[in-house]
Amino acid sequence: MILSFDLLINAIISGVLIGGFYAAVTCGVSISFGILDIVNIAHPAFVILGSYIAYIINAQFGFDPILVSIVVVPAFYALGAGIYQIYYVAFERRGQESLRGLAFFFGLLFITEVSLVLYFGVDYRYVQAPYIGPTWHFGFIDVPMRILVPCVVSLLLIAFLQLVLTRTFIGRAIMAVAQDQLALRLMAVDPIRIKRIAFGISIATASLAGAFLIIIQPVEPSVGRDYIGRIFAICVLGGMGSLPGAVIAAMLIGVVESITSTFYGPSWAPAVSFGFLLLTLAVRPAGLLGR
Amino acid sequence: MRTLPFFLISLVVGAAVFGAAVGIGNEYAFFAGYVVLQYIVLSTAWNILGGYCGYVNFGTAAFFAMGAYSTVAIYKFIADHDLYRMPMPVLVLIGGAVSAVVGFGMGYLTLRLRGAFFAIATLALAVVLQTLVVNWDYVGGSRGAYIIRPETFPLIGSYIRYLFLIMLLLAIAALTIARLIERSRLGFGFATIRDDELAAEASGVPTLRLKLIATTISGALMGMAGAPYPYYIGYLQPDSTFGLDYAVNSIAMPLIGGTTSWLGPLIGAVLLGSLQQLATVTISSAVNLLIVGCLLVAFVIIAPNGIIGLVHKYIQRKDDDFIGRRHVGLDAPAAPPEPAPSATADNPP
Repeated sequence: MILSFDLLINAIISGVLIGGFYAAVTCGVSISFGILDIVNIAHPAFVILGSYIAYIINAQFGFDPILVSIVVVPAFYALGAGIYQIYYVAFERRGQESLRGLAFFFGLLFITEVSLVLYFGVDYRYVQAPYIGPTWHFGFIDVPMRILVPCVVSLLLIAFLQLVLTRTFIGRAIMAVAQDQLALRLMAVDPIRIKRIAFGISIATASLAGAFLIIIQPVEPSVGRDYIGRIFAICVLGGMGSLPGAVIAAMLIGVVESITSTFYGPSWAPAVSFGFLLLTLAVRPAGLLGR
Repeated sequence: MRTLPFFLISLVVGAAVFGAAVGIGNEYAFFAGYVVLQYIVLSTAWNILGGYCGYVNFGTAAFFAMGAYSTVAIYKFIADHDLYRMPMPVLVLIGGAVSAVVGFGMGYLTLRLRGAFFAIATLALAVVLQTLVVNWDYVGGSRGAYIIRPETFPLIGSYIRYLFLIMLLLAIAALTIARLIERSRLGFGFATIRDDELAAEASGVPTLRLKLIATTISGALMGMAGAPYPYYIGYLQPDSTFGLDYAVNSIAMPLIGGTTSWLGPLIGAVLLGSLQQLATVTISSAVNLLIVGCLLVAFVIIAPNGIIGLVHKYIQRKDDDFIGRRHVGLDAPAAPPEPAPSATADNPP
């Protein structure tokens, strides 16, 4: 009995830590899907792209993956802003975002993934960093550093984003775009520019999330598919566009998945988050901290 | 054209296709043709919900796999109990029924929500069903299941010809159903949902009921397309059966062909399906997904109404030239002059 208690505590702790990482992957979608209403289904593909960039530079020069990912944030921001510009011109302005916009992002997902497959093959890639090996032990509790570090950095990232969104002018304008574009225009703010910035930020977070992912586990191009449903589940469960909600939901799903895979076997774990999502959609579509 | 003549003509065309495939004299024609026909059924089925109602379904693979796995389950059951083998048309009907039930259930859970949520829920559904199948040992679990394909079928020859024929009939049935829907009250109801769901509801269109009909029909057709698949492939494995490849193909084909008419998915599936068969044989199977992705993105940006839209535009321009309205300026652009970007940006509150 004491053994299973140990297992339970460890499962909960690793679930919370993994949840911190899930939150990093989700916060981009919380901005694009939750605030801007852009169903960026290709977000996981950009996360994988981030993983591969961290991998290349780490393998070539031995730099820390998280540091690399912070350095390439501007490039991801530019990529995001560029994609939004295409999306806006091709779909949003014509009012066709629902069907064709979704298909557009779905196509982007495949293009990114298959390009990575063709270039790098389907071998699993991993990075080297001093904190990847060791594990802290407190009594019977094990805290692997390779999950703890991404979790901490991820929480810092989300706290920073939350501060930007609530305290700065641009951040408040981003929140306002979700509510009333007309009113925003009357304040002499161009909503398209604000949306471009916001989408750029959302893709920029994928760079960091990618580095976290490749620190936590080896990565191959189609790993991203596992995250599509999970991040949308977290985003919806947390309440669309609410970053604190996303963190809580991410940890909740992390814990439930971790307990499921500890006690029932890892093959059942994927069903948990999706089951959660279907349940949330059916029962409380507004999510935990919905607006 | 009425439905019956259309059905008869497509039967004749189908017979010609079968004859041509026999004429090629190589069994591979049937293997390749089967896949193209399967995509005709899948993309037509997708289009009934996606093109007519405007609801994007990412879960094609889930419905397809439900059909395939119901066949596997029946196969195992029959093998265990030493029963008489069930004829393929019955398996197809059972597969269709299973997927129809799944489609109805999913629609009931999610269709009260906005469009994007439905799309995400279908993705989620695919993973939940995949997890169930992976953990269901009776149908092979993650190891997969072997199905032994009989060598021959009486009167027709090799079994693959028989499967080809069944898929051909299914494709004809799917196209006939899609065309029938398009021209009926049901189709007009679907179109109102696609154009403005709120307005449709306000004017008394029973939107929820119509959407449930659409998901059920669409799911049933996808399941029917999946039912013969285990016999075609011989070894069924969850990862590939639930793969996103089916989803991206069944979305890309109607969008490339044109979503507003039954002809669009047919054109898209024949073009893209043959192209992929060619690319798989000559280059590699990873490249053919890249082709699909690039074509999908290019078409949704450049030609939003697909090939059919391009053709329509071309014909219209020719007519205009012929009548000579251009010179009088009567075909002045119907669209208002484009205002500054910021002014068109938002939808009215």
